[in-house]
Amino acid sequence: MSIWFVFTALLLVPGGLYFAGRGRAVALAQGEVASLHSKQEYHGAYLLIWGSAPALGVAILWLLFAGIFTDYLVAGQLGSEFSTLNAEQRATVLQTAQALLYGSAFGEATPLVQTASERYRDSYSLVNSAFAGLGTVALVLGALSGWRQISPRLRARQFVETAALWLLMAASGVAILTTFGIVFSLVFETWQFFKFVSLSDFLFGTQWSPQSAFEGAGAAATDARNAQIFGAVPVFAGTLLISAIAILVAAPVGLMAAIYLSDYAPKKARVVAKPVMELLAGIPTVVYGFFAALTVAPFFRRSGEAFGLTVSSESALAAGIILGVMIIPFVSSLSDDVISAVPESLRDGSAALGATRSETIRKVVLPAALPGIVSALMLAISRAIGETMIVVMAAGLAANLTINPLEAVTTVTVQIVTLLTGDSAFDSAKTLSAFALALVLFLVTLSLNIIALRVVKKYQEQYD
Amino acid sequence: MLDQIKLETTNPGATSTALLPGTMTPANPKITARNVSVFYEQKQALFDVDLDVMPNEVLSLIGPSGCGKSSLLRCFNRMNDTIDVCRVTGNITLDGQDIYDRSIDVVELRARVGMVFQKPNPFPKSIFENVAYGPRIHGMTKDRDELEELVVSSLKRAGLFDEVADRLQDSGTSLSGGQQQRLCIARAIATRPEILLMDEPASALDPIATSIIEELIDELRQNYAIVIVTHSMQQAARVSQKTAFFHMGKLIEKGETEQIFTNPVDAKTQDYITGRIG
Repeated sequence: MSIWFVFTALLLVPGGLYFAGRGRAVALAQGEVASLHSKQEYHGAYLLIWGSAPALGVAILWLLFAGIFTDYLVAGQLGSEFSTLNAEQRATVLQTAQALLYGSAFGEATPLVQTASERYRDSYSLVNSAFAGLGTVALVLGALSGWRQISPRLRARQFVETAALWLLMAASGVAILTTFGIVFSLVFETWQFFKFVSLSDFLFGTQWSPQSAFEGAGAAATDARNAQIFGAVPVFAGTLLISAIAILVAAPVGLMAAIYLSDYAPKKARVVAKPVMELLAGIPTVVYGFFAALTVAPFFRRSGEAFGLTVSSESALAAGIILGVMIIPFVSSLSDDVISAVPESLRDGSAALGATRSETIRKVVLPAALPGIVSALMLAISRAIGETMIVVMAAGLAANLTINPLEAVTTVTVQIVTLLTGDSAFDSAKTLSAFALALVLFLVTLSLNIIALRVVKKYQEQYD
Repeated sequence: MLDQIKLETTNPGATSTALLPGTMTPANPKITARNVSVFYEQKQALFDVDLDVMPNEVLSLIGPSGCGKSSLLRCFNRMNDTIDVCRVTGNITLDGQDIYDRSIDVVELRARVGMVFQKPNPFPKSIFENVAYGPRIHGMTKDRDELEELVVSSLKRAGLFDEVADRLQDSGTSLSGGQQQRLCIARAIATRPEILLMDEPASALDPIATSIIEELIDELRQNYAIVIVTHSMQQAARVSQKTAFFHMGKLIEKGETEQIFTNPVDAKTQDYITGRIG
């Protein structure tokens, strides 16, 4: 079955159903299209839904269960040599056999694996054909049923409108379910982690070195030494330090840029400057990363030496400043929006009392826009905390517990990257700790976002 | 219609002492406008207007929308400066001094010429801070007691104090529309101006709030020269002593309010006040 056949079928079948339904409605109306309860287009869509929805249901079943069915079929055919193995070995055999089938297996395959691989080939085509047949039957039955229902009095419009509602709900459901899925898996894995390392060791421990693989700690989840190497304080302190530097850079620069754009810039400058500043937000973070690691960090090291300071070649300062530059557009763009939303009548009122432009901005406009500015800053901070690439490249990996911005520090995101790249068993404490870090990170950014939204809601002046 | 206006002009608030010859020594005008034209980019909104604003008098500017009356009002405190494309030509003096002269500090000018806008625009601050805003900016008071005194007296003059005496720290935006407008008037008179400009000050208010504002305007006349732009001819008749009628950017007719509303010279004025154009 070539890919072209599939694509053609996917286009032709729904199209055919639509036009068939439409044509039938027109034919039944005997030329008096106005006598139809619903317009003929709705009859077309009606047949399309009746035909394709059951087939779609079969396709979803296939996605969910084809693998399980196939495994079951193969396992049943392998006989006693397979059934005497323990569960873990059986899973390994089945996985290797599938890898062999797709040509991605390494090394020599055992006879058992080779047999399993052949069985897989047969079973796959069997299961797939069965589902294809089932799908076709569902399609035909659905379409026939829909065809028979079409009549001039059929309330096809109501049906189609309801179907559209369900489609929209399903679309928003995808986003919501994904969020819940991610949160659930984070919570689950974190719970696994805390079976081995106590919550207080993790939250208050000051020693973070899960990479101490030489001693074997962290490799097994149950290792007693784990409690000493999973203290997350240095990691969170590093995140905090870098985010603080970033916001110290971004808040004043972004805010002043926003004030310039909203109140001082001539129209022409604004038209050019605003999109260009927003372009800054479109630069891939890895590019900022180069810049931080290759230009800014060495610059700070050299300048530091000139003053007799020791600056690490991967410093919190370099990463924080570049991170700050990256979030300037968030601060400036969001603040510009809220500052521009302060009604012109307030500026006029202030000017009419003899206030200068800067007095008006400091004493009337900024206080009025403050809630919006606060929330812009919060969103920018949560963006900075979650940012990975720049800090991976510029901040380093050493989990130093320090507030000296000239030293290397590490952040939550950097640690997650290093913990999950490279090969390590999934049930090691090292891997699981990444989930715990991710969950805390998620909770922090989530609460920042919620606070930001609350602040805006609560203190927003209602201008009509 | 005309009868009605005549009746209203006989109410005591509108009867100007200036109408009775010999009862008052002729004063110098507070503001004189000569040959004033206003342009927005290439479009001319006001054509060669000559007009005087006398002390202790309410001058109302009337005319259909877009006739240039608001543009003229905004010339008197140079609020037109805030519009990039706006250009003013001609000569406007305040107490004989050219307000468009280079040596004039616009900040000081606006302290002397207060303005009240069409829509009440209290700052999102407390009632007290709203009124204290101007005095603070201009450093008019030397300590907190003096500032408080000024705020209270301004609120009293604006006829608002009794209603807000116990909640000066509440937000100015929490007041009703009419109270907000009186707060804006209090805010304007807190800088001790000599002239008040009012751009349709009651058009966003209900009839009761409007009548309170109108009574207030009549009281304020004792201390200030007032220029009011209004769409309501009844309002012009009730509150003002002088009226100027504008049409298509030109000053058609100016004179005593009573004369304009009872015996206009120009046919266009006649048409406007009888509702035939507008």
